[in-house]
Formats: sequence, C-alpha cells, structure tokens
Amino acid sequence: MHELSIAMSIVELAEEEAERRGAQVNAVHLKLGALSGVVKEALLSSYEMACEGTALQGSRLIFEEVPVVVFCPNCQAQRTLSSVQWFSCSECGTPTSEIVQGKELEIVALEIQ
Amino acid sequence: MSPEPRLVEVRRNVLKQNDVVARALRDRFRAAGVFVVSLVSSPGSGKTAFLEKTLTLLRPNYRVAALVGDLATENDALRLARSQAPVKQITTGTLCHLEAAMVENALAEWDLNRLDFLFIENVGNLVCPSSYDLGEDLRLVLISVTEGEDKPLKYPTIFNSADVAIVTKTDLAAAVEFNWDAAFGNIQAVRPGMRVFRLSTKNGEGMEEYLEFLATRLAELRSTAEV
Repeated sequence: MHELSIAMSIVELAEEEAERRGAQVNAVHLKLGALSGVVKEALLSSYEMACEGTALQGSRLIFEEVPVVVFCPNCQAQRTLSSVQWFSCSECGTPTSEIVQGKELEIVALEIQ
Repeated sequence: MSPEPRLVEVRRNVLKQNDVVARALRDRFRAAGVFVVSLVSSPGSGKTAFLEKTLTLLRPNYRVAALVGDLATENDALRLARSQAPVKQITTGTLCHLEAAMVENALAEWDLNRLDFLFIENVGNLVCPSSYDLGEDLRLVLISVTEGEDKPLKYPTIFNSADVAIVTKTDLAAAVEFNWDAAFGNIQAVRPGMRVFRLSTKNGEGMEEYLEFLATRLAELRSTAEV
C-alpha cells in the first residue's frame, strides 16, 4: 500500500500552498485517474492519518475521478473506455493503447478560508 | 469574523518530486549509454531466478549490474551475486515499491560509464510500483504460468505502466494446464500490441530470443545517442 506516502505528499503540497496564501485549507480537490495506480478508499483513510498534527487536520479530500480516454487510430477520435480491462474503441472496437488521459494524480484546487 | 471559504485553482502533480528525479536519472543513463531495464511482478513469479539467468548469460559479452529492491532480506542480492555481476540491495523496509530517489542513492558509488546494462528489480508487488517512474528505458512485467491467465485483467494498471510482458516458468505450463491463448488475449486486452516473451529459466526455453531483443535495444540506444 503506497497510499500513505501519496497522502503525505498531498498534505505537504497543500500545506505549502496554504502557507503561501496565508489561509487555512478546508478541502483539497484531487484529480484521480483510473490508471493512477491509487485506490480511492485507501487514499481517503491514509489522508486522515497524514493530516493529523498538521495545518490540514480536519480538512476533506474531494475526488474528481477521471476515466481513461484513448485515441482510436481508426476513427481518429478520442474515446472513453468503459472498462480498464478492455483497451479498445467504444465505437468501432479497434484495439488501442494510446492513452490520452487517466493517469492523473494531481491537486487541482483548494478550498481555503 | 473569518473570511468566507473560497475555491482557488492550483495545479500540483503529487508525484512530481519522483518524476523530476526519474528524469534526471534517465538523462544520466542516456549520457552514459547504459540501457536500464526494470522488473515488476507479484512475489514468487520468478523475478530473481530470471534476473540471475539474465545476468549470467549476458555477462560474457556485456558489462552488467543489478539493483534489487526487497522489503527486509538480502537473500535476493546474495542469489544474484552468484552471477558474478555487481549487485546492490535496496532494502525498502516497509515500503512496497522503489522510488527514483532510492535508485539514485543506490547508484551513488557506481560509474555508469562502465556499464552496458543495468537491471532494477522492484519489490514483488503488482500495484504500487506502477505509479513510480524509475528512469528506466524498459519496464518488464513478469507473470508465471502458475499464477493463472487472468493476472493482466486483475492488474491492468501495472501492465499499462510496463513495456513488455514476460511469461515465466513455462516448463510448468502443462502441469498447471496453463492456457497460453487466454493469457496472451488478456495481455492484449489491457495493453494492445504489447510484446510478450514466454520463457523458462529452468530449461532455457525462450531465453535466446529475449536476450537478442535486449541486445537490439541496447544497439538502438547507442545509435540514437551517436546521431
């Protein structure tokens, strides 16, 4: 389980941003791709642990889940995968491993006060 | 009265620190002309035996070395040392994966210019290593025939972070009624076009083709470096 070290990085980055703005963080908005390798539930409980004793204690972690989008070479278009177990175009069925999005693990916004 | 809560936009990649170190490593590897291969798999898939065989067979013709990540023991490093290649253990403690900074630290005393191939054996784990770039040129994901054909469907993320799949222990395929077509189909489902080698370190099946592939990749790396 590597979610704890990831949670600690999130807290560290959010603390930096909060300090810079002289504000308190109520919530961290995280973009989480389906191929990020991070399990949401595990990250949530790790986050609470990582926040303890920091300026982020009591803050919430809010997820913006990102599905996998691939590029279909046949349709020349971007397609959203319905399952990460089947990398093929949702329209024409052409297999493709050209990933356009879905690996995100990124803080995108902070709710501050 | 405290100010009203407000939403501010920020863009911070959580793994940036690792990515920065990995990029610096990749630049160093390129400059030294060393081809770096990392190995990921679940525990018990035969990574260490496979790496020992790889080092032993490459050593007469190439300068090879290995870093090996392990939670607690140095058993793997001792096994790999039998190949006579320089081997260094990275003990991760409770950490379930290698990070770029660990690789960087482990390489501190090594002269990369004196190497052709560097192998990095990750901790046995099909989940956590997928998020961490180590600066490698090639990532191999190993599955053994004894693990069943559906491993790729269970761990699509690691297959998508890897470049090539290796099916190991093919000498046991008949005994465990391993269905090659199903396994190959599952790999292609989660990573279309992925190259797959099947081999056995025990009877040597498939090793030659895989070693030739590595040699070709090294030659390609060197020729692009010269241009």
